[in-house]
Amino acid sequence: MLRPRKRRDEYEVADTAAAASHGEDDPSRRDFINIAAAAAAAGGVAAVAWPLIDQMNPSGDTLALSSIEFDLSKVQLGQQVEVKWRSKPVFVRYRTPKEISEAVAADNAGLRDPATDASRHKPGKPQWLVLVGVCTHLGCIPNFGQGPYGGWLCPCHGSVYDTSGRIRAGPAPLNLAVPDYSFESDTKIKIG
Amino acid sequence: MSGHSTYEPKTAIERWLDSRLPILRFSKDHLMDFPTPKNLNYWWTFGAILAFCLGAQIATGIVLAMHYVPNAAMAFNSVEHIRRDVNYGWLIQFIHANGASMMFLAVYIHMFRGIYYGSYKAPREVLWLLGMIIYFLMMATAFFGYVLPWGQMSFWGATVITNIFGAIPVIGPSLTSWLWGGFAVDDPTLNRFFSLHYLLPFVIAGVVVLHIWALHVPGNNNPTGVNVKDKTDTVPFHPYYTVKDGFGLSVFIVLFGAFVFYAPDAMGHVDNYVPANPLVTPQHIVPEWYLLPYYAMLRAIPNKLMGVIALGVAIGVLFIMPWIDTSKVRSMRYRPMARWFFFIFIVTCLVLGWCGAHEPDAVVIPGVGAGFTLGDYPINSDVWLSRLGMLSYFGFFASLFLVPMFETPLPVPESISEPVLAHPATVPAGATAAPEKKG
Repeated sequence: MLRPRKRRDEYEVADTAAAASHGEDDPSRRDFINIAAAAAAAGGVAAVAWPLIDQMNPSGDTLALSSIEFDLSKVQLGQQVEVKWRSKPVFVRYRTPKEISEAVAADNAGLRDPATDASRHKPGKPQWLVLVGVCTHLGCIPNFGQGPYGGWLCPCHGSVYDTSGRIRAGPAPLNLAVPDYSFESDTKIKIG
Repeated sequence: MSGHSTYEPKTAIERWLDSRLPILRFSKDHLMDFPTPKNLNYWWTFGAILAFCLGAQIATGIVLAMHYVPNAAMAFNSVEHIRRDVNYGWLIQFIHANGASMMFLAVYIHMFRGIYYGSYKAPREVLWLLGMIIYFLMMATAFFGYVLPWGQMSFWGATVITNIFGAIPVIGPSLTSWLWGGFAVDDPTLNRFFSLHYLLPFVIAGVVVLHIWALHVPGNNNPTGVNVKDKTDTVPFHPYYTVKDGFGLSVFIVLFGAFVFYAPDAMGHVDNYVPANPLVTPQHIVPEWYLLPYYAMLRAIPNKLMGVIALGVAIGVLFIMPWIDTSKVRSMRYRPMARWFFFIFIVTCLVLGWCGAHEPDAVVIPGVGAGFTLGDYPINSDVWLSRLGMLSYFGFFASLFLVPMFETPLPVPESISEPVLAHPATVPAGATAAPEKKG
């Protein structure tokens, strides 16, 4: 409902808005115009705002580089290779049988972010552990082979990960993330 | 003009704010209740349209700067990256590039309106001067912006314009070298142009605030040019002119959108899709359309320094218009002679624009040959038409000074309301009161 503005009577003009609100005509028609105009304007603003917001999302050429292939034969038993994927390191670790058995043994050790070791590698490939090498605390890169569990130790705030990349001590809330990847062949994986 | 404030704080928070920073009072008095002549026509909507254009250029420009690389080796590719890869980058870049043209279109209409209705005359000289400063800053900003894509036209346009300063005696060569940051337009030039291109729109926005301040002291001029006498001559800005400006802006945006979506390169130049090459100048160098009349005048004069001076005077004379004009009557509605000079002036600007777009020896009237050679060029050539246009251009300013000596103005109405009330028949029957009752 439109109400007549206070100082309207100062202006000697035909004031249709005031006339409508005095009940001389159906005010809902005017309200409809106001609401329709505001809705059209809001739609227009949203349509213009979205491109201005979306332009900050990853661009087409950035997304085009979002999957990579990696040749596993480059990794020696007991070692890991870091691969850059989406501007971040991915750890590709060739685990020893000892490291695997330690990880499996800890499946029920009261984990902060419970996950079995089997859920963190591809079926039948327990030796290959592929993880996003970014500490889930504040984004630093944990160091390989350090810490009491033989997995990783984050140099920034002391988060400790085991040989399955699960968080075992320190401030980080979650396990090291497992990226989307698949085996193209026995010696080649595609990440992303 | 703004009179006493009608703002009444309604809540405790508004009262608290009003006694500390009366920004709501200011907004209500100046953006809503501001008494505006009730007879403004659609030529008056271009102020709001220009405010929109400036806002759109700043918004899209900030976005483009997030993706653009001001480096001679990467600038061209970064603009192509924006157009091809960045989400909606094509839309944002086309809005920005065409927005410059749309803003100049609007500013030229705004200026011609000011000239026709005598809006530059007392007491609005400072308003006009601030407007001319904005216009000058717009030209500088547009020039810097045009260099950034680092295509052939960007590069050679920058070369030509910066070389204009080389015409200045004694200090010219060292001045151009200082502008370039080297011995030619190169990476340092591109970097500083980018910096200035980002800076100047905010300077423009600041001058716009002063421009509106200077507008709100005497209030709007109007199509009759007659001063506002009392409240019956005005209506509050809101809703009467917010709606009118809004409608004018909507129509303008349709035109804007037509260029952005259907002819985004119509006002550009194909050579700017070729990366800058300091060793090859394109066949035919032209500035953007909004600078063509000045370019034509620059070329029309065979002496480098004199050409540059003519260019400066052509722009500078606009600044002193309020003091050239000797007519007591503001609006050309009531100036039978001056209005003809005004229309000739518009045609002159268009003809000079045509001249600037063509090569100096281009034939003007096809099919009759180039004619005899007068001085350096054939009589039927672009250059001689440019010289004629230049004479006409400066002739207009002379007419502002001279015409009032010979002209008998038509009777000027006593007030803004008088011509309307004197001819009630011109208002269609039944269109007077309460149109909402007509269903």
